[in-house]
Amino acid sequence: MQEQKCYEDELRNESNYMPINQIKNGVGRMIPTEINGKPVIPFMGLGKHRPTGKIIGPSIPTCLDFPEDGDKTLPSLKEALLKAGLKDGMTISTHHHLRDGDLIANEVFKIASERGIKYLIWYPSASFPCHEPLIEYLENGTIHHIEGSMNGPLGRFTSRGKMKGVGILRSHGGRVQALKDGEVIIDIAVLAAPTCDMFGNSTGQHGPSACGVLGYAKADALFAEKVIIVTDNLVDFPCMPMEIEGNYVDYVVVVDKIGLPEKIISGTTQITKNPDRLQLAELTARFLLESGILKDKCFMQAGAGGTSLAIGDYVHQIFREKGWKIQVGFGGSTKYMVDMLKDGTMEHILDAQAFDLEAVRSIEENANHHHYPVFNAYNFHSKGNLNSMMDISILGATEVDVNFNGNVVTHSDGYLLHGIGGWQNCLHAKNVILPLPLVRHGIPVIRDEVTTVVGPGELIDVIVTQFGIAINPRRTDLLEKMKNSNLPIKTIEELKEEAERICGVQEKPKFTDKIVAAVKWVDGTVIDVVRQVEE
Amino acid sequence: MAKISTAGNYGKEIRSDCMATLELTKSGGLKIDLISKVKDYFGDQIISLAKEELKFFGIKNAKLKIEDQGALDFVIAARIEAAVKQLIETDQEYLLEIIPQNTDQTAKDRPRRSRLYLPGNTPKLALNAGIYKPDGIILDLEDSVAPDKKFEATILVRNTLRSVNFYGAERMVRINQLPQGLDDLDHIIPQHVNVILVPKCETTDQLKAANNKIAKIKKEKNLNYEVWLIPIIESALGVINSYQIACCENVVGLAIGLEDYTADLGTQRTAEGNESFFARSQIVNSARAAKVQSFDSVFSDVNDMEALKQNVLTSKSLGFDGMGCIHPRQIPVIHANFAPTEKEIEKAKQIVAAFQEAKEKGLGVVSLGSKMIDAPVVKRAQKVLELVSVGGNN
Repeated sequence: MQEQKCYEDELRNESNYMPINQIKNGVGRMIPTEINGKPVIPFMGLGKHRPTGKIIGPSIPTCLDFPEDGDKTLPSLKEALLKAGLKDGMTISTHHHLRDGDLIANEVFKIASERGIKYLIWYPSASFPCHEPLIEYLENGTIHHIEGSMNGPLGRFTSRGKMKGVGILRSHGGRVQALKDGEVIIDIAVLAAPTCDMFGNSTGQHGPSACGVLGYAKADALFAEKVIIVTDNLVDFPCMPMEIEGNYVDYVVVVDKIGLPEKIISGTTQITKNPDRLQLAELTARFLLESGILKDKCFMQAGAGGTSLAIGDYVHQIFREKGWKIQVGFGGSTKYMVDMLKDGTMEHILDAQAFDLEAVRSIEENANHHHYPVFNAYNFHSKGNLNSMMDISILGATEVDVNFNGNVVTHSDGYLLHGIGGWQNCLHAKNVILPLPLVRHGIPVIRDEVTTVVGPGELIDVIVTQFGIAINPRRTDLLEKMKNSNLPIKTIEELKEEAERICGVQEKPKFTDKIVAAVKWVDGTVIDVVRQVEE
Repeated sequence: MAKISTAGNYGKEIRSDCMATLELTKSGGLKIDLISKVKDYFGDQIISLAKEELKFFGIKNAKLKIEDQGALDFVIAARIEAAVKQLIETDQEYLLEIIPQNTDQTAKDRPRRSRLYLPGNTPKLALNAGIYKPDGIILDLEDSVAPDKKFEATILVRNTLRSVNFYGAERMVRINQLPQGLDDLDHIIPQHVNVILVPKCETTDQLKAANNKIAKIKKEKNLNYEVWLIPIIESALGVINSYQIACCENVVGLAIGLEDYTADLGTQRTAEGNESFFARSQIVNSARAAKVQSFDSVFSDVNDMEALKQNVLTSKSLGFDGMGCIHPRQIPVIHANFAPTEKEIEKAKQIVAAFQEAKEKGLGVVSLGSKMIDAPVVKRAQKVLELVSVGGNN
């Protein structure tokens, strides 16, 4: 099916890039009615789109087709890919738990390129600068387009209009939504596993390339037609704990190295020492406390960036002083969360990915540090949403606008540089707080209109900058609570004016008409598109 | 004069600054070469600023290269001006509009618990300094600026005083040691600066020279705002003369600089500070006698907040009104620990209430319980409450 579509794409190259029909979607953005030869469902507003039907799964396997002794090992990745039926137009998935140390994705497409395979779709859960070599295979036609994230060099390549198809950007939750409702069918999942047995049972906790958890890879194991596990640490059966069950696995391949350990996990994540960011973190923590958002037994999501860690540290101090506990800490885990777990200020860590060695160790040592089935926790087609249970979600953005819309994928020069990650999903928390520098390298962060809408303003509650805090006017409750606060509560317009007073009004980037990527909302609709930057 | 000049800083680690390289040419008009990460957003604006500025200085033919790392207009303008003035002689100044917030005056006895030192030639630090809410921000032309950068620093500090919002912090400049520092005043005084810090002050003659120069500039430029002085006492002789120095016109307080003072004594600074006990007490005493404020030296270990706290508590107990700081993180610690304790506040409230009551009843004598209260005690209590209203951490 998909294969067919891709051929059509190639044939109708031009009409694909410059679609005749464009319509205005629910956030006022002009989007094409067709992308990569498939019809587009425009974003209609929050909760409006509700796909029906059955959850889509892979073809029915039969155990008779698999070795009775359970030994699924094959001598090489190439052989496994051929046995899995690698051919033109297929969708190939990889996961990002090895982060910037991943050696496997590049290897897959090198093999495909050598075999002369074309029009592949790469479906990563995220991409990193280490995937820059894939540009060669995007250029020579091995890869038709990427559906996932386009970071750094891949983003720049895409923004220059060089990718053959249109890139699709999805959130972590959106990636699983697309698998569940059949929007995407993975033909072959190539899943790097730090430790695995001959049957395919896999864990991220041990081995020279240990990465902690494999939560994002789990979805691929369940939904892909063929599943190949690649490991550099084959252990005797059974590999426990098995985060990926061997019963979903077709082939196991052992290679010398799946990743570069120093790039998989940082030795230690570090709180920022930059006084401006510390100030921002402190202001955020004070706001959280004064507004009553921070309270005993709350659920909190926080990132592992320098500022987020600093906010976590301030929150930790507050909780220690008050004798409060965070009931659930969710997110990329770090030693700072582990410290909270140890001193009793955090009850549970639900771990989506481990960011440092301390966190990897903690998963094994602490009973309340859980690897959580993150792929199922917050996608649109699950029975409930872990994210909407969070009291606090602290997120970043490249830009926000006066309507509180947020952008995380492009910079204000128009270039695609980041993936969405879990950002859209985390917007569903009860209180979404974005601590941002008002000015980043001489460029204002608050604008009249974001370059790309990735998150609708309805879901972003508070923007904290060093110069003041803007509360979304929809949050009348928070405005009321902070009415008499000593904190610098401002309107978003005031913050924007301050930024422009400091650095002037910036010129807008120039785009061609060519659409290079589409941004999906968590429900599978298109919330915005990215156009080629005019150079 | 040289054919090619440069001003400013450019490099991988440098932010919010730029380097201007200027070459005067015989023909060909103005050629501006801009290398900047923000070229896409602000390129046209930067180039038109540069052209306008070169024309202002009467330059019609030149090659100007601007290597930029996100410098704001006032920085770019300062760097271009510094480059121009190395090639042509001119007294003209290319001044951007002064923002309205930067024309306010300050009271002689306003709280000056913290004053944050910023190196005068590093624009990135000035941009956010005000958000930390120090009582004062010092743009330093003295020790933190390399000798070959002094000239461009005065122009940058001048522009900073006009363009950067310090969000209510008092605008201060530490000039160079006199007599060099007297030349700095030409650039600084017309920019509505609030306080001039005079380093290595030893005699009243130095302050007289500064006052005379300031009066002359004010008269010439028809400026009618106050410019306060804070002499920094950094030597044995300065300590001995401190009372006379404190009595000089426009002085609002005495500051002590302990690095140079201990060097002058031939001793070392220690954590306990016994070597400077006399000098610190002398400064507090002289300042009080002259009815001005007194400020303690900076605490240089920016990572040790506990030691800073102890240091502040000692300063407060000696009678100082504030101290210098070199990192924004020190400000809340300084404010919190110079702030009166709850016990002090309670006592002060009682005293002030008793004073009010006595006044209302027309009593000549104020008493609290069985104790008589003298006027200076009432005054001190009022000052304590004033400090409370300033806030501990803000």
